[in-house]
Amino acid sequence: MNVITGKVWKFGDNIDTDLIIAARYLTTSDPHELAKHVMEDADPEFVKKMSPGDIIVAGENFGCGSSREHAPIALKAAGVAAVVAKSFARIFYRNAFNMGLPIFELKEADKIKEGDLISIDMDRGLISDINSKEEYRFEPIPPFMQELLSCGGLMNYAKAELLKNG
Amino acid sequence: MRQTITEKIFSEHVGREVKAKEIVRCEIDMIIGNDITTPISIKAFRESGAKRLANPDNFAIVMDHFIPAKDIASANQAKISREFAYEHDLKYFFDEKDMGIEHALLPEKGLVVPGDVIIGADSHTCTHGALGAFATGMGSTDLAFAMITGTNWFKVPESIKVVLKGKPGAFVYGKDIILELIRKIGVDGALYKALEFTGDTIGYLDMDNRFSLCNMAIEAGAKNGIIAADETTKEFLANKNLKHEPKYHYSDEGAEYCRIVEIDVENLEPVVAFPHLPSNGKKVSEASKMDLKVDQVFIGSCTNGRLSDLAIAAKILKGKRVAKHTRLIVTPATQKILKEAEKLGYIDTLIDAGAVVSNPTCGACLGGYMGILADNERCVATTNRNFVGRMGARTAEIYLANSAVAAASAVAGKIADPREL
Repeated sequence: MNVITGKVWKFGDNIDTDLIIAARYLTTSDPHELAKHVMEDADPEFVKKMSPGDIIVAGENFGCGSSREHAPIALKAAGVAAVVAKSFARIFYRNAFNMGLPIFELKEADKIKEGDLISIDMDRGLISDINSKEEYRFEPIPPFMQELLSCGGLMNYAKAELLKNG
Repeated sequence: MRQTITEKIFSEHVGREVKAKEIVRCEIDMIIGNDITTPISIKAFRESGAKRLANPDNFAIVMDHFIPAKDIASANQAKISREFAYEHDLKYFFDEKDMGIEHALLPEKGLVVPGDVIIGADSHTCTHGALGAFATGMGSTDLAFAMITGTNWFKVPESIKVVLKGKPGAFVYGKDIILELIRKIGVDGALYKALEFTGDTIGYLDMDNRFSLCNMAIEAGAKNGIIAADETTKEFLANKNLKHEPKYHYSDEGAEYCRIVEIDVENLEPVVAFPHLPSNGKKVSEASKMDLKVDQVFIGSCTNGRLSDLAIAAKILKGKRVAKHTRLIVTPATQKILKEAEKLGYIDTLIDAGAVVSNPTCGACLGGYMGILADNERCVATTNRNFVGRMGARTAEIYLANSAVAAASAVAGKIADPREL
């Protein structure tokens, strides 16, 4: 079963990529270095408070701003298991898929509270809040993105083409 | 089928008529990377087993973010792009010898051609739409995919038609128009959409103003900003050694738009975007009454670091001094702009007024390299983002404005209205 279960950390609207990973740390793309500073300007204590497997739940336009792929890299390396948001900025959405960071669009994200335990069932398209016992249906992943995912992501798609074309 | 300019560019690249919302895969005319984002692409490229770039002459690396290197880590990071560029004998590798901010440098070099599809691992790649090209920011992995295959996939965006009306008044520029648009539609008002700028105002805007306008399309969440070519565009391109023949596309009458937004530019006054979102625009007449003391003014970036910005600043600062408690940093966007500004006397004027003039770099705009703000400092910047921590301390405040408001504020030591000087 394809299920992610974790404790929720809440963030607001327009969490930009500078908040996710500030440019002062972009002198490297090493995931472990980036992970030490993830979400630092949004909540300087976040790295200390969170545990691997936790889930971020946020408002509208998560990941707006810069195209830096360091943002999903930092979240993933810190152990953030998934990001659920009311909406995602375009470049971040694509980058998260390319990096293998699971993200889910949920209009009812506001109803989930910090500290709740939620479980995301990817096969059934459902997010269950274990504390409130509510169930929500997340926006389906676009078919083309599903196809990319089933090929193992964008780079595997490229590798398959390289092999085919010699 | 009646099409928008964005649909036409994709139709031409795909070889059939395409419509908004369709997913297409097409050839990329120019792929842009920089010293921060390309190393991730290079790693993905190498791991894929690829040996060569699909189209080496369609790939440009511009070293602009942390260059000249500010520390050992950024030097090591730069080395990754340099080694790759030499190994693949890249024709379009721009390092310190010929440096500039990518979105000012590439149009200057004739590497942005109307009708092109351009992707860059930098969100402000949308700047290039000012020349009637489709240009959008992507991540490093998407860049790697294009380096390997010469192509990438796109969802053809629906378009928002932005109708700009009237002649801009004194000290009103492309920057003010885009800040006003973002104020109106919000930072996600154009999410996934194309922003197509039209209307009689376009005729009054030179290329510098058009670049500023398209540059901040991303700040409304847009996929691309675009302006169809006209005489001004053709004049800009005339003395350039273009990479290939331009293809001029124009939206059909009756093309489908998901939204139409009008802006009364004639009655617009300069806009200042307050912390911490570009959508927090206020009229400069209001902002200047609030007695907002300014610690630093920054004139530069891919939004407003062009020759006309330096000209505007020099005109305001001529014979004046930057206020005692205020610092002014000016960063010309390219070496060519720096040289021309020097020839025209702008640099002397700016330095005599108390500005420090730096080498071209993205630098202070993203708080990664010089001009970093201290705790609780306030900055007026001609840049594109006033997010928390963007230019330094997370308690610092950034106010986005045009170069005239920035220069006037440097003289006054507080946010000032250039029309009152």
